Amino acid sequence: MLNPQLNKHGELQHLLTTEGLPKAVINHILDTASSFVSISDREVKKVPLMRGKSVFNLFFENSTRTRTTFEIASKRLSADVINLNIQASSTSKGESLLDTIDNLSAMHADMFVVRHSQSGAPYLIAKHLMETGQHHVHVVNAGDGRHAHPTQGLLDMYTIRHYKKDFTNLRVAIVGDILHSRVARSDIHALTTLGVPEVRAIGPHTLLPGGLEQLGVRTFTNMDEGLKDVDVIIMLRLQNERMSGALLPSAGEYFKSYGLTPERLALAKPDAIVMHPGPMNRGVEIDSAVADGPQAVILPQVTFGIAVRMAVMSILAGTQG
Amino acid sequence: MNSVIKNLHIKNGHLIDPANGIDGKQDLYIVDGKVASVGSAPAGFSAGQTIDATGMIVAPGLVDLSARLREPGFEYKATLQSEMQAAMQGGVTSLVCPPDTDPVLDEPGLVEMLKHRAKGLNQAHVHPLGALTVGLKGKALTEMAELTESGCIGFAQAEEPIEDTTVLLRAMQYAKTFGYTVWLRPQDAHIGRGGVAHSGPLASRLGLSGVPVMSETIALHTIFELMRASGARVHLCRISSAAALELIRAAKKEGLPVTCDVGAHHVHLTDADINFFDSNARLTPPFRSQRDREAIRAGLMDGTVDAICSDHTPVDDDEKLLPFAEASPGATGLELLLSLALKWSEDHGAGLSRAVSRITADAARVAGLDAGTLSVGAVADVCVFDPAARWVVQASALASQGKHTPFLGYELAGQVQATIVAGHVAFQRNAR
Amino acid sequence: MSPLNPSQLDAEALYATLLAAVKAGLAGISDVAIVGIHSGGAWLAERLAADLGLQDRLGVLDVSFYRDDYAKKGLPAEVKPTHIGFNVDAATILLVDDVLFTGRTTRAALNELFDYGRPARIMLAALVDRGGRQLPVAADFVAAHVAVQPGQALVLKRDGDGKFTLTIEHA
Repeated sequence: MLNPQLNKHGELQHLLTTEGLPKAVINHILDTASSFVSISDREVKKVPLMRGKSVFNLFFENSTRTRTTFEIASKRLSADVINLNIQASSTSKGESLLDTIDNLSAMHADMFVVRHSQSGAPYLIAKHLMETGQHHVHVVNAGDGRHAHPTQGLLDMYTIRHYKKDFTNLRVAIVGDILHSRVARSDIHALTTLGVPEVRAIGPHTLLPGGLEQLGVRTFTNMDEGLKDVDVIIMLRLQNERMSGALLPSAGEYFKSYGLTPERLALAKPDAIVMHPGPMNRGVEIDSAVADGPQAVILPQVTFGIAVRMAVMSILAGTQG
Repeated sequence: MNSVIKNLHIKNGHLIDPANGIDGKQDLYIVDGKVASVGSAPAGFSAGQTIDATGMIVAPGLVDLSARLREPGFEYKATLQSEMQAAMQGGVTSLVCPPDTDPVLDEPGLVEMLKHRAKGLNQAHVHPLGALTVGLKGKALTEMAELTESGCIGFAQAEEPIEDTTVLLRAMQYAKTFGYTVWLRPQDAHIGRGGVAHSGPLASRLGLSGVPVMSETIALHTIFELMRASGARVHLCRISSAAALELIRAAKKEGLPVTCDVGAHHVHLTDADINFFDSNARLTPPFRSQRDREAIRAGLMDGTVDAICSDHTPVDDDEKLLPFAEASPGATGLELLLSLALKWSEDHGAGLSRAVSRITADAARVAGLDAGTLSVGAVADVCVFDPAARWVVQASALASQGKHTPFLGYELAGQVQATIVAGHVAFQRNAR
Repeated sequence: MSPLNPSQLDAEALYATLLAAVKAGLAGISDVAIVGIHSGGAWLAERLAADLGLQDRLGVLDVSFYRDDYAKKGLPAEVKPTHIGFNVDAATILLVDDVLFTGRTTRAALNELFDYGRPARIMLAALVDRGGRQLPVAADFVAAHVAVQPGQALVLKRDGDGKFTLTIEHA
């Protein structure tokens, strides 16, 4: 089956995953994003690129933060935004996913920003749009199950590029619940595509998925070892459900072995940056002293996130199906 | 309703009857619904009907060890009519159906009704498996003797592993008492439940929850121990991994009364065929790695795997047009069984006779059925097919209401030209 | 003024002409800011700012987000950064471009500047005017009028030493 992210001319028709995105495409998105960063500093924080276009935020999984940043990005592109919060549907209740899409397309949606609890849901939508000849409608994956969160991956890359410039001599560590993390997967694919020579995954065995080595990742269960001489630390959020799923005994024990404390941070390079996709669980995966400290770039990530999403949406909207 | 069955002469075909070691040009003569002779006409024979099988293979009717007919209870997915027609078009003259209907086949009355309805269609012989436990719930034993009397050829749990090992032991001991075969899908009750893809790098990449191989091997270890303790005969359904096949090979060497089958799709596909979350590739057990697929092919060659079945499971569109993990597992198979078995023989040098054997005589032996051969005196169930004819797998080509298979859009070789059941030509593609 | 033959263009000489015109035209106006449109306009603006002593009143614009052909062509492969380092409100701005043609780029640049604030006055300087206007736009300062065949483009280049040249290329 053809890669559903690309149209028949090889241009980006949808953004579904960072996996398989050519390096040139990633760099184009990052370069375009840097032009959008300065817009936040002007009086009129808008450009007219998507004026008259309708962006539908389809969130089948709750997330105020991500939805808000996409809304801000859309509005800065002068698009009209409609928010739909649809709780995760099962087949027996209510409208099927594709029926929802058809109804919204009939209302002249130009772009769907989709978050869903099931891996692969945006692919189903993209395939459906392609098969029903709706080549002018674009899909942005805002997070599907454990599979991908490409805009987060891209804004993480933007952040690293901003502070470190050159990817080709970096050690990057991703810490936490990688098993369940779509952010980790999107980061890993982008990092390897951009030529980062060493990507590390740090966590207990219960939270490390199989097959990471095949993705080019070195795994560590000892955080002190894993953080040695690292340039970038990406901390992942630990969700409460992991405790009840017999994956971890308690948040306290997790913090003891895998929490990012100032002592552990000191094992990395002195100019290492600390990132986090948010929202943070202070005292669980990260110590407040680190989160509020000089090496944390967590708030800039949010600012960059708006610019990166504007870049993604304006590149997609400009692609002729 | 029973019209007089004409004498049937199938001429000029290449006969393959693995049970009797026949693999060559031979005519077939059928009288009174039974095989009268092979090669030369029996004395005084006059054909009421002749089929010219020039360029065709004449084989025993296919014996399919697993085909879901969806009745009773799942008529919105498929009906007896459509699926029995699909069997005819697939050359399947005997099929075994699992007990996971709605209601579950745990009552003799339900079994009788199913058999009665199937018989009335005058198509394939239907052999139901009875539920091993009431409601498939893994707690209380079913009335196995009564169910056997109604027509069940064995007892199974379909996709529901028995959690309480003691219950499984008792069920096997009870079955052994009467000489019944227990058909079991080896899967652990907890590990891998809720998984939708083979645990491995691909599932990790796609963010799909995995079914580890150990779900199959842990269950096998338990089953073999219980077999040693009870002496029961067990048929293992839908083996998916190399590790499992190793264990089965050893168990057979040990002399345990065990047989096993694989689904036809699993002979050819791996987890990579999920591609971009194609829910047509959502099956249970899941497609595993290349190494596992190679082991399945090797097992079929050396007889560790006794039979290939279609695992025919019609699923309607609404249940497949969903995100991968939410889609219902299953693929249509009755009309692909022959082509997929032939594909194995073609692509991997298995030889036509061996491939035909795995879907006729070997399958019949596993199920304890008097079928799958063209022995003189046997019920004349015959499949005449053109091994070279190519067809595209698409909805319009399938009689089954199940239109979903990962082979959609593929071109396959091998097409049934005629299906004869008990001497009656139940299906003919182009009337000759 | 009869149109020059494109093959006779000496970009450096034209720049000198433009500089003289701009100097004269801006005489007596204080605090002018110079904004160049990427890429040719930006190079010219840099040189003008240096020659006029206005280096700290220099800005550069990329009009990609304001073009009117986005629906047909999408975003260009390369979007360069826009940087306006001064307060646009009440400013007198000299907008600089290399080739004035349809007038659409100027329209986009004006819209973009107005999203930064409300300037007091905007003047337009172009090295070359090739005619073919599709909008009511006119330059205040032009070094030469040049006739260019349809299907061809006039392209300003800058070499490693900062020297300007003009060439004809296929559009």
